[in-house]
Amino acid sequence: MSADCTKAESDMASVTIPAAISESTIARNAQIRMRKRKRFVLASQLGTFIFIIGSWQIMADYKIIDPFFFGSPGGIVFRLYDWAQNGTAYGPLWLQVWVTLEEAILGFCLGVVTGIIFGVSLAEFPLLSDILGPYIKAVNAMPRIVLGSIFVIWLGLGLPSKVVLAAVLVFFVVFFNAFEGVRSVDRNFISNARILGASRLQVIRHVVFPSAMTWIIASLHVALGFSIIGAIVGEFLGAQQGLGLVIATAQNNFDANGVFGAMLMIGIIALGAEAIMGKVEKRLLKWRPRAASDQTSAGM
Amino acid sequence: MPDASNSGGRVEFTGVTKRFVTPTGAAMTAIRDVNLIVEPGTFCAVVGPTGCGKSTTLTLAAGLERASGGSVRVSGHEVDGITKGVSFVFQTDALLPWKSVLANVALGPIFRRVDKHQAHAEAEIWLKTVGLNAFGNHYPHQLSGGMRKRVSLAAALINKPSLLLMDEPFSALDVQTRAIMSNELLRLWEKTRPTVLFVTHDLEEAIGLADQVVVMTAGPATVKAVYKIDLPRPRGDMQEVRFDPKFLDLYKQIWESLREEVDRAYARTTEISSVKGVSQ
Ligand SMILES: Nc1ncnc2c1ncn2[C@@H]1O[C@H](COP(=O)(O)OP(=O)(O)OP(=O)(O)O)[C@@H](O)[C@H]1O
Ligand SMILES: [Mg+2]
Repeated sequence: MSADCTKAESDMASVTIPAAISESTIARNAQIRMRKRKRFVLASQLGTFIFIIGSWQIMADYKIIDPFFFGSPGGIVFRLYDWAQNGTAYGPLWLQVWVTLEEAILGFCLGVVTGIIFGVSLAEFPLLSDILGPYIKAVNAMPRIVLGSIFVIWLGLGLPSKVVLAAVLVFFVVFFNAFEGVRSVDRNFISNARILGASRLQVIRHVVFPSAMTWIIASLHVALGFSIIGAIVGEFLGAQQGLGLVIATAQNNFDANGVFGAMLMIGIIALGAEAIMGKVEKRLLKWRPRAASDQTSAGM
Repeated sequence: MPDASNSGGRVEFTGVTKRFVTPTGAAMTAIRDVNLIVEPGTFCAVVGPTGCGKSTTLTLAAGLERASGGSVRVSGHEVDGITKGVSFVFQTDALLPWKSVLANVALGPIFRRVDKHQAHAEAEIWLKTVGLNAFGNHYPHQLSGGMRKRVSLAAALINKPSLLLMDEPFSALDVQTRAIMSNELLRLWEKTRPTVLFVTHDLEEAIGLADQVVVMTAGPATVKAVYKIDLPRPRGDMQEVRFDPKFLDLYKQIWESLREEVDRAYARTTEISSVKGVSQ
């Protein structure tokens, strides 16, 4: 059948040569237009950046805004340079970055793994989810940031309290998505797998988990942000090292440039993590129709 | 012709009733007192008005659901849990979108814990049988509807079922592709000769394919009549069988019987909605 189809198509192509040419012209024009648009967007983004940073600097220089409160781009760069050269009050800058990063990564992993395990098992055992449902909702409704204080009391000023806070924040996001993902698995897929002889674990491994994976991956972007927030807030609440502590100290010293400088570092970390996440997502979801993934990237 | 795979696959429904509990907690009868025998290696088509309980009948034979009353036996064993030696082809194909075509076909052996290389080798052979060996590395969404159906068939047949259950497998396809798939199905069926229970709304398809056509009543369904289709095999091209005078004769008879039920089912639904309309 497919052989017939291709033959028919090639016949058609040979008859309608003019149409084919104009088609390729259209495609080429569209590509040129798209490339132009892309370049324009990039240039505009760069322009906006220069405009904002530039006017900030100028306004600070001419004292239109008070650089003591608002800092200035030059001051921020100088502060970062100073930290990089002479270290912060708590040791070298890279160490602060690493401490925060370590807390965020460990918290992220812990939260994702427990979130997936709990989400999948609760969705697989409806009785369990019926029993635990109200409690989970209650805990979820609580502002979880305040748990950070408890964790500092329990676990001290070191790494564990921050990891646990980050993990708790990440857990709920991943948990609800994993739960919903498992529940929305196509029943036909499960029936078919069972008839083909799959055991319960095989159904989970080959059908339920990959299907829920789209939901889980969608939650990972938010979870990533939460893990960094968890680490920073944990450090705010009590720490001996880390970017959160650096910010808190800068705040106490009314050092606006210090706060912005640390913020910049965090932003760069978050962007880097987001980029890695995007790569991982693309890999894991490579089976999805091209059109859908194009749409998401166009929407970014 | 009979071989090892031919000994099993006998389907026997005796006084089977299936009741569902609706989400509101009420009970509703989907099928009642169904008596049906399908001999091993024969092809049985099931027709009936929409919503009467045809799919339910298949899920009972597959063991996906348990009968509320009566006895369902497949290959001589009372159905209790997933039936051994069955495969199911659904209306919407159940190919896993995150697995390649080859991996989808290999699922049966993988679930039986056959070694992966072996399973993929087996899947290659089945893909070749359905003429898609060049598409093993594609994902299902990259294939046409007809191709996906062929992959579904390969995935179902790789387990060498003694009973093949098909629930309107070709109804989502266009008319030409459907005819091609019918021929394809007959060709594959001749090879391994499983018992087939085939639900369809297309009477031509039913008569063209089957050895017997079962007409079910409007829901709750029971077997209204069974027609033997004694057209010679191999049937050859579906398009040509249709013009056989015997075919036309059978078509007329079965259509008469089916139409009564379709009309009754239709009258019932319109009655219900008109009553609802008045009361509102
Ligand atoms: N899991 C279920 N829970 C409750 N009711 C169900 C369930 N499955 C089927 N039913 C009901 O049983 C009846 C028969 O359904 P079934 O799907 O077997 O019909 P069908 O003959 O296959 O229809 P169609 O030709 O449209 O596919 C319907 O009224 C349906 O609402
Ligand atoms: Mg049905």
